[in-house]
Amino acid sequence: MAACGGAGAGCGPQCSSSSSAGGQEDALAESMGRLSTASAAAACGKCDGGGAAVAVAGGVGMCAGCFRTHLFGKFKLSVTSNAMVRPTDAVLLAFSGGPASRVALQFIHEMQSKAIQSWEASNSQALPVFSLGVVFVDERSVLSASLPGHEIQAAIEDIRSVVSGLSPGDKRVHIAPLEEVFSSGSDDKAARLKEVVGVISDETGRDDFVRRLRMLSLQKVALENGYTKIMLGTCASGIACHVLSATVKGQGYALPADVQYVDTRWEVPVVLPLHDCLAQELNLLCEIDSLKTQQLLDRPCSGINGLVSSFVSRLREENSSREHTILRTAQKLKPFSFNKFSANGYHDFLPSRLRPKFQNIDANECTFSEILCLICGSPFSESELLNLENTKLKAQKKIDLYTAHCCQSCHFQILPAATDMYGHFFSLLPKFWTEKVDAASASHSSLRDQIADYLLDEDDGN
Amino acid sequence: MDSSATDGARLPPPRAGSRLCVRCGERKAALKRPKTLEQNSLFKAGERVAIGASGGKDSTVLAYVLSELNRQHNYGLDLFLLSVDEGITGYRDDSLETVKRNEIQYGLPLKIVSYKDLYGWTMDDIVKAIGLKNNCTFCGVFRRQALDRGAALLKADKIVTGHNADDIAETVLLNILRGDIARLSRCTFITTGEDGPIPRCKPFKYTYEKEIVMYAYFKKLDYFSTECIYSPNAYRGFAREFIKDLERMRPRAILDIIKSGENFRISTTTRMPEQGTCERCGYISSQKLCKACVLLDGLNRGLPKLGIGSTKAGARADSDGKQRTKRSERNTSSLQGKHGNFDF
Repeated sequence: MAACGGAGAGCGPQCSSSSSAGGQEDALAESMGRLSTASAAAACGKCDGGGAAVAVAGGVGMCAGCFRTHLFGKFKLSVTSNAMVRPTDAVLLAFSGGPASRVALQFIHEMQSKAIQSWEASNSQALPVFSLGVVFVDERSVLSASLPGHEIQAAIEDIRSVVSGLSPGDKRVHIAPLEEVFSSGSDDKAARLKEVVGVISDETGRDDFVRRLRMLSLQKVALENGYTKIMLGTCASGIACHVLSATVKGQGYALPADVQYVDTRWEVPVVLPLHDCLAQELNLLCEIDSLKTQQLLDRPCSGINGLVSSFVSRLREENSSREHTILRTAQKLKPFSFNKFSANGYHDFLPSRLRPKFQNIDANECTFSEILCLICGSPFSESELLNLENTKLKAQKKIDLYTAHCCQSCHFQILPAATDMYGHFFSLLPKFWTEKVDAASASHSSLRDQIADYLLDEDDGN
Repeated sequence: MDSSATDGARLPPPRAGSRLCVRCGERKAALKRPKTLEQNSLFKAGERVAIGASGGKDSTVLAYVLSELNRQHNYGLDLFLLSVDEGITGYRDDSLETVKRNEIQYGLPLKIVSYKDLYGWTMDDIVKAIGLKNNCTFCGVFRRQALDRGAALLKADKIVTGHNADDIAETVLLNILRGDIARLSRCTFITTGEDGPIPRCKPFKYTYEKEIVMYAYFKKLDYFSTECIYSPNAYRGFAREFIKDLERMRPRAILDIIKSGENFRISTTTRMPEQGTCERCGYISSQKLCKACVLLDGLNRGLPKLGIGSTKAGARADSDGKQRTKRSERNTSSLQGKHGNFDF
């Protein structure tokens, strides 16, 4: 899943803070030019305040206040209409320091503040208020350029100070080094991380692999600390880039899985409340509201992801609504069953109009039947399923099974080119990846043993 | 790994794979086509097949290969060349000369249909009227119908065109960029229009443009290699440039885009346009009037934007009785009222 907010997100240059460009007014003017053709003198078309329009959204020029309200409205609509956050939830926000995740942090904090005020004012205080934590994934061990330690520490302290400045509501900050996804048995996790990334020869494959590890890192922090939801700052621009990247990598079948508001493939479900907001809008809001961003530890995307990001930038220059059009195309693709929450545990908090959005599935049952790629988590297409079934029947070695559990895209861009390196590569991966395949295989063998007497031999002509 | 140790000339790999000598490259390229034709059951013996021929490399190679395969494997196909003269001076008049030579070189009968005869407008006239923006929209719509009209005249059972893997990959991307889910669901089909009078197929669906260029070059085929003089402003250029950059980075990406297009999960609840026929000319259409008739109307009434963009604009202009053209004497299409069954 594409993670926006600057860190290898595919949003490219437009996601970077423009704090380095001239003064505030110049930065605003530049943003105006990028977003719209509204002149500086045009008044806000939304309110009667008569303030100058700073942006055009939905065809209407808006002052700073109305623009902010417009964006917050989109965020809140995503959260409420998809029931992303229950009162009993503990939400973990993935914070990269970039504009998108900064805005996500600000908005979810405001929602939490309002909920706290309502709770304090309520007589019964029956409904709790969701809790909020923030996680930053430290990827310095895979950054191509090495940064001085004190600068990295200063960047992390900046992030802590941004979060601690938000009140009311205590928000715990987790700093998660990426190498921690490896089990506690690994002595030098950073070295192991570098080694496994180094085995991948394809530049795009390395990029995508690190993104996957990032998600695993978020899942690990969430599970270990009792969080029930992970909130990403992935925005419309990042999703548009992902639509094209996935298409170009042959992942058209799995594409809808990554572009919805909700993704329950993971143990801790993932939600994308900034799904309908463009990167430019989020950049502008950070400038208007002076929201501090931190992108020193950004890992720019490379390979095909970088090429797609540049392509989308050019398309946006040609037509500023192109990203929305790409998103609309992707929305017309059929999502998967895991792109909905199960109804269990939600009905108590849901208005009736939202209940049809949920699966009527008992939480104890398996919520989806799709087979997922061992590495990237993409659901298997028909041809990949066929290949997997054929391999299960004939596989002599575990390596064959692991390989068959990789989608065609990962097979090409992530697995080593030399097949004799597969064993080494799989041995470097976090254990629980291959353990799932081992468990499924053991279950299949056990079933086969139980019915062995009734199976025909291959040589039996009858 | 090289396939041949005997020939020194090495070709660059058009997709991820080995470098091939010229002879192996030709053999590999030639072998692929029967596989595509046979695996996809593109033709039946005895069919009359119209080959869309522009004189360019794709259609020239297509005509050459089909006629050779037809001869070598006794497919029993009745092949014709079908050309469309859009009336682009300095481009189409030259490329048509190439097609006329192909007619003699490959021994295939040739039929030329022209925009002037069909619509009363040449592309030169259209560009003079509307400028260089949206002119490709006119040409694409008119050419599609012109091919069908010409194939009907030839009593063809099928039309084949030289669209290659690069073209199809570009079209997949364009349809994503434009939000056209209906076209996105169809654009990777190797055969389209099977429920219509004359299906059309694209045998080069999996063949890279580079492979076609190499084949034409080493076989010394006669083709016209200049780009349309009106094409530099085409929106497709965006996608084309991106695809070229992509191919340099990862050659197999072109086939991966096609594979993605084939596998998109298009929701069954997505409203697709219903296929009907044009009330005026009888051509296949999802609206009351087909796109060609709408565009032609616009040209004849001095409303070149009619049919470009939102259909609401067309409806507004339609109801305005004062919008009369000075060019009403222009042929309001020999297509009107006569073509419910593709007859002229």
